[in-house]
Amino acid sequence: MSVAGPEPSHGHGSASGEAPVAEVGRDRAGGAVGVAAGGVGAVAGPRRRFRGASAVVAPLVFGIVGLVLWELVVRVAGVPSFLLPAPTAIAEQIGAQLPVILQTAGVTGGNALVGLVVGFLLGVLLAVLAAGWRTVSELLTPVVLAASAIPIVALAPVFTTMFGSTTEIPRRLVVIVVVTVPVFVSTARGLRRVRPVHAELMDSLAATRRQYTRYVRLPGAVPFVLTGLRLAAPAAVIAAIVAEYFGGLQNGLGSRISSAAANTAYARAWAFVAASIALGLLFFLAGLLAERLVTRNRR
Amino acid sequence: MSAVSLTGVGKEFGPVTGPVPALTGVDLEIAVGEFVSLIGPSGCGKSTLLRLVADLEQPTTGTVEVAGKPARQARLDQDYGIAFQQAGLLEWRTVAENVELPLQIHGVAKAERRARVAELLELVGLADFWRSRPAQLSGGMQQRVAIARALARRPPLLLMDEPFGALDEMTRERMQAELLRIARESGAAVLFVTHSIPEAVVLSDRIAVLSPRPGRITEIVAGRRPSTGVDVDEVEDVRETTAFFEAVTAVREALRKGAAQ
Repeated sequence: MSVAGPEPSHGHGSASGEAPVAEVGRDRAGGAVGVAAGGVGAVAGPRRRFRGASAVVAPLVFGIVGLVLWELVVRVAGVPSFLLPAPTAIAEQIGAQLPVILQTAGVTGGNALVGLVVGFLLGVLLAVLAAGWRTVSELLTPVVLAASAIPIVALAPVFTTMFGSTTEIPRRLVVIVVVTVPVFVSTARGLRRVRPVHAELMDSLAATRRQYTRYVRLPGAVPFVLTGLRLAAPAAVIAAIVAEYFGGLQNGLGSRISSAAANTAYARAWAFVAASIALGLLFFLAGLLAERLVTRNRR
Repeated sequence: MSAVSLTGVGKEFGPVTGPVPALTGVDLEIAVGEFVSLIGPSGCGKSTLLRLVADLEQPTTGTVEVAGKPARQARLDQDYGIAFQQAGLLEWRTVAENVELPLQIHGVAKAERRARVAELLELVGLADFWRSRPAQLSGGMQQRVAIARALARRPPLLLMDEPFGALDEMTRERMQAELLRIARESGAAVLFVTHSIPEAVVLSDRIAVLSPRPGRITEIVAGRRPSTGVDVDEVEDVRETTAFFEAVTAVREALRKGAAQ
């Protein structure tokens, strides 16, 4: 799993890389194109299916070949380990550090999960409020969009100072900020995009505003909400790891990477990097699965 | 009391491009249980007229009454059911849940809802598809679900805006026969917008012919709605009668005359 680490992360890049092209052509109005990208993917739904065994085998072969080449280059050319450790050396470290890796991954993963859940609920809640009241929307939308411009590296040290270095709160806050934005944007989009015929139907049925929201807007926005979740899930892991680089508790993957690197234990640093990649993939796949499960019955 | 009563109805759109008259001086009475079609060239305002009756638009002049009350009150009281050009089903709901929607919105108890939905799906011939999602159905089946939904609260008036426009000819003819059967069994008055002259003739008691924009009713032609038979073959027989062809010709001439004025 860890040996194949770098390769599936490549697969991840191409999977989410398809959507933005379609989105840009389709809707220029979207403020955050990267975030908006998933919306169309959600509407298109199951169109992009796995194309049988070749879809699995090809990247797998590619990954193995890549690793073998990597190993050969390191050995034959005698690349120094601080520049690039060999895959076998990294694998060895993964074996040796496995209990620590699992434990630290648990801490970082826990922070990412808590931040993801809270940020997701917050994003959905804010979007629903913004969709219900124009004033709320006018107040909230610029603030949330501005939050998307906050570099988390700028927040992490500040939060650590604010809440002290003996608690997980600063990391979780960073994750919440990172997660809330795409979920908000995507959900708000979904709530706005009601088919006119559905709006007229509810009018003709003399439905109240609340019924309109409950029976049409919210369920209609579900694919968009889940697209937000899918985009936010791997970002939550990245945020949780990077937040650890800026002090605080030394109990997660990020702090282990920086301390191993500082101690010139490069293969060990890479072992934790591989674990980080695996954790990010886990979150990405969980988000993707949630999206597929919920939207499979539509269209 | 008539099902629908339009008096001096006019509608202007604007103000972005200045007032554009869509309808002018429309008077029309639809009796209880009567089937009336609106026919006219594209853009003549026939859909607008239907939407005025549904209170989805408000007239600029004149009055619209449904079941003896103002259109708005009739909408709030759910005195009509409507089927749009697109089926407009909620794709995340099953067929049964879609038909159930109007009942759910108006607080009908669950057991009663279930019984009514079963009845309606039987009526439109989709009893076996209650668990399907709209995406799994053909266009004709979706439209039947939409009609069942429109009938859910047993409205005394059914408004239909080219509901069969997107269907192929065979499906369309079958749907027409089914609509006649449904209208007869439910006793509802129907206001039906269509482009198709034969469709209007075969379904209607009366056909209101509209002039090009701004639309007004230039003539009312008697339709050939079958008085008894409602299955496909019997409707088919109507299509082969001389009376049917005469009515088609009458509507066509009325349309031509309306366009020439």
